[in-house]
Amino acid sequence: MKKRGRVWKYGDDVNTDVIYPGRYTYTIHDETEMGEHALEDLDPAFAKNVCPGDIIVAGKNWGCGSSRQQAVTCLRVKGIAAIVAKSAARIHYRNAINEALPIVICPEAVDMIENGEEVSIDFEKGIIATPRGSCHFSPFPEIVGRIMEAGGLVPYVNAKIAEKRSEQ
Amino acid sequence: MRAGDIVEAFPDFCMSHDNGAAVIDFFKKINVEKVYDPKRIVLILDHAIPAPTMKHAENHAAVRRFVAEQGIENFYDITSQGGVCHQIMCENGYALPGLINVGTDSHTCTHGAMGAFSTGIGRAEMAAVWATGSLWFRVPESISVHLMGDFLPGVSAKDLILTLINDLRSDGADYMSVEFSGEGVRHMPLGARMTLCNMGIEMGAKNAVCQPDKKVYDWVAQRAKKSWEPLWADDDALYAKKVSYDLSKIVPFVARPHFVDNGCPVTEAEGTPIDQAFIGSCTNGRLDDLRVAADILRGKKVSVRTIVIPCSWRVYRAAMNAGILTDLLDAGCVVCNPGCGPCCGNHEGTLAAGESCISTANRNFRGRMGDTSSNIYLASPETVACSALAGRICDPRKAAKL
Repeated sequence: MKKRGRVWKYGDDVNTDVIYPGRYTYTIHDETEMGEHALEDLDPAFAKNVCPGDIIVAGKNWGCGSSRQQAVTCLRVKGIAAIVAKSAARIHYRNAINEALPIVICPEAVDMIENGEEVSIDFEKGIIATPRGSCHFSPFPEIVGRIMEAGGLVPYVNAKIAEKRSEQ
Repeated sequence: MRAGDIVEAFPDFCMSHDNGAAVIDFFKKINVEKVYDPKRIVLILDHAIPAPTMKHAENHAAVRRFVAEQGIENFYDITSQGGVCHQIMCENGYALPGLINVGTDSHTCTHGAMGAFSTGIGRAEMAAVWATGSLWFRVPESISVHLMGDFLPGVSAKDLILTLINDLRSDGADYMSVEFSGEGVRHMPLGARMTLCNMGIEMGAKNAVCQPDKKVYDWVAQRAKKSWEPLWADDDALYAKKVSYDLSKIVPFVARPHFVDNGCPVTEAEGTPIDQAFIGSCTNGRLDDLRVAADILRGKKVSVRTIVIPCSWRVYRAAMNAGILTDLLDAGCVVCNPGCGPCCGNHEGTLAAGESCISTANRNFRGRMGDTSSNIYLASPETVACSALAGRICDPRKAAKL
């Protein structure tokens, strides 16, 4: 799998409250509507101008804070192809896996990329190509790869349930 | 088994709150009719109760329908038996030594105060656990936090955890297990241990846990919902990092806007004007927290609006019976029903543009309690109560005779 896209670059410690504000967490169930509030409290221009295929590049501790899964859903429905970060907080990282939105941890690449540039990510080879050169990143653990391939946790679990039923 | 290994585990208790409604949305996409084991599921309404809007009411209604459909007995609706989810889990015997708990709330790490492994998960993950009973986990590295001595007057567990987060930074324990041990833990009442474990997530921790002792065993013996066995690290366990703190050296500490690791001793924030004070939340809404606030406020008047929210109805009743609520009301505080209140900006004290709040809660992210131009300072109940009197941030060691 390869992805190429335009970069939206942000800094360190971007938390889930600014990715998807708490005032919407219990009032919006529609995914498209969630997307309209993506990154609202950090960058109000994002939701209006983001294009499908764009890539977010961020500093350390991306997605720290709450367990709210909408902080992934709102980016996925806007068509974000991948997130490249120096590090990512655990629950958000798992939420992203479970929605099949890849978060690539590659501090070197983050330092090389400027806002608005085009970068490409080769997931099989573990390479990010930037205008200033390429960087390698570690592949996902096996279980993570299987969940991502299935299209997220829900289809992964459904496939496992179907497999078990056919065995019986 | 080593740190970094992936394992499949069957959690003992799976907790959700108002966001259970969103978990139900995911569960309906999974091809099963019934949950794996209704006895393992605990649903506790707390984030916006009683419902402040029709949309919140719809979430609550969806949870109630699911509870009835699936025969879930561990349900805490909006009654005088409920409260903030983590408090209910610890009060009612779901957080037990050696158990594995998961919850769709990042502060699920609070249950570690009872010696449980307990961690926050996402909504799709919870739906998968409801359906299959199991989930994959990565075995975490561990950080040892050894605590010696005892706090001086005016200083408490909140000051310690804010100091620790400031030292380790907001990602210093990312995906790790934080283990609190030593005589400093043994001195602490269980509520203070909950304050410590509660904020483990604010340094990225997967879970936080205090070494369980007789205080825990006596507490859980009267309320355990399941059999349990104490579990603790081996003497020769490997740690990614070891730190130790002498509690007598800890000073009142404040986290300034908009990051929990933007901390400083209260002396550096003294005099900062505030518009609102909040005493409550899963971090600091317990009886000892309300008592220390009442001791400071008794016979005086707050000079800014001060919202007090006991974290459960059990705490509320105990505070009422001890005269604590009367002291707080006489001082001018507004006492709300147990729940999460204004902590995550849902209701009962959201902030207007430019306002500042000093809060005993756990997050001060931009816009969390209201307008994005508002400011949140996190502090101990001692510091918040003293600051409520003065209308500006105060050092409780000077302001109160503690």
